[in-house]
Amino acid sequence: MKPHHYAQKSAQTLALVLVLAGGLLMLAPFYLMFVFATHTDSAILSLPPPLWFGDALPDNLRTLMTALPTLPQNLGYSLYVALAITALNLFFCALAGHAFALMDFPGREPLFSAVLATMLLPAFLGMVPTVMTMSELGWMNTHRALIIPGACGAVGVFMMRQYVGAAVPHDLLDAARLDGCSEFGIFWRIVLPLVAPALGTLGLITFIGSWNNFIGPLVILSDTELYTLPLALRSLQSTGQTPWGALCAGAAMAVLPLMLIFMLASKRLIEGLSAGAVK
Amino acid sequence: MTSSSSMPTTAAPQGVKARSPWRDSRRWLPYVFISPFFILFGVFGLFPLLFSVWMSLHTWDPAAGVAAMQWVGLANYKYALFNDDWFHTSLLNTLWIALLAGVPQHLVALPLAWFMHTQLGRWRNAVLGLYFLPFITSTVAISLVFGALFSREFGVVNQALASLHTWPLLGGLFPDQPVDWTQPAHLPTMISAVVFWRYLGWNTVLYLSAMQTVPKDLLEAAAMDGAGPVQRFWHIVLPLLKPMVFFAVTLTLIGNLQLFEEPFILTSGTGGTDQAGKTAAMHLYAVAFSEGDFGTASAMAWLLFLLVTAGTGLNRRLLGRNA
Repeated sequence: MKPHHYAQKSAQTLALVLVLAGGLLMLAPFYLMFVFATHTDSAILSLPPPLWFGDALPDNLRTLMTALPTLPQNLGYSLYVALAITALNLFFCALAGHAFALMDFPGREPLFSAVLATMLLPAFLGMVPTVMTMSELGWMNTHRALIIPGACGAVGVFMMRQYVGAAVPHDLLDAARLDGCSEFGIFWRIVLPLVAPALGTLGLITFIGSWNNFIGPLVILSDTELYTLPLALRSLQSTGQTPWGALCAGAAMAVLPLMLIFMLASKRLIEGLSAGAVK
Repeated sequence: MTSSSSMPTTAAPQGVKARSPWRDSRRWLPYVFISPFFILFGVFGLFPLLFSVWMSLHTWDPAAGVAAMQWVGLANYKYALFNDDWFHTSLLNTLWIALLAGVPQHLVALPLAWFMHTQLGRWRNAVLGLYFLPFITSTVAISLVFGALFSREFGVVNQALASLHTWPLLGGLFPDQPVDWTQPAHLPTMISAVVFWRYLGWNTVLYLSAMQTVPKDLLEAAAMDGAGPVQRFWHIVLPLLKPMVFFAVTLTLIGNLQLFEEPFILTSGTGGTDQAGKTAAMHLYAVAFSEGDFGTASAMAWLLFLLVTAGTGLNRRLLGRNA
């Protein structure tokens, strides 16, 4: 019995070391991105490459601003689009979730199935016709072409229906209805406060999705000053000699807010993102 | 189910007007509440989709606008299927990268999730966080950084491989020369590595959440009978996890077959040497927005959609409920 036990213990230790090493390997690209952001290009290109922070961050930021003079606007537009989409999604998805979870109406189940079915459509199918639609509307090269179509996502409707259904006690609802509270009043004053945690999760997920969105802005936006951050960063590639240090500094700007959000709310994010898949 | 009381929500005045459906807001209000989704989906989802079928049957000069559309029947589909070599190359690349990035994701995520579930205790969420972080970060930003990491001369990846090569015993597994990751032979590997890195944590989370539903007493009984962690995983957990494996593989298939951002950034939008890193979605993008051929691009989108449908259908046969 003893040797068997010993073998199992050492196998567990080996597995633990592998899993932790793997976890650090997952972080390595982020770490190197931050390190490279603080080094000159010649230092990054030297052998072996730097593995600890340097002092060239101000230089890299200056290079970045020269290569992308519109960077502050790009950052601002990324934030604007992400916040606008998030606010609209919170309101409209919660409203639809309220109706699907708490109200009785003919066609409720088929309509909800229709919402779910739209999630199965692959995104690339819409790429070309969306551009046609936007140019017919005269929305090309505008941010509303990114905000309006994404203002009420199917995932959000699904998520809010689940949470509203679980979080709102029916007694409370019936009492409010008997008291003559309007349905919108119930939604605004009773349901929204009760599902605030779920709104937080949906808000984070929506914000991150918009902040990272690349294909949408790529086909819609053509003016450099209107670009969102990923598009602006990508345009650094086309400059003959890639300014690696500046590029890593810019990439860090795109990634850092997400890392902060993740550190503060990783459990909630992981649960929120997988909830739709698991339920 | 909501209890539908017969009390009207608004204090309707007594009389005939209270019977009018427009006065009884509870009849139409639910539809108002859900209308934003359906209006937006109709205008920006369904209509473009139907329009895309129409476009795929036409040819026109986009500069001349929709008025210049000419009916060509299935010619765009025939061109894509039989004449466009780049489309064929991009489809093969897509399938190859989908396999190369997809299969290892699940082979690693399953045991990884089992290890986290059984061995890590209260450290579980911290370690899971390390693996999950890539999933929520900007693909574009991080793909740009990977471009530096995979560089032939100075890239950290080649440095690491070179030092692994000097290890005793296992060193022979690793290359003794710096790998040129931009070469056609290696480009799909590089793209797949980035995709693997990004989605491993996501699949681990899916499997972890499915493992919560495995009955504890079943595992305890097996442990009492002397089954080690590996045997319990293989004989109890894996069979119970099959529905989740099917679901997670389906998500991977759908995602990998429309891969765009990682290869687009890693090849600077070009597809790389000999187009070895060009995926079908990238080719579709190029046909539409570089060549301005919206009709052919729409036909390709529907062909790719058929491929995704066939792929998920095959997966259903292999892993689905009736398999």
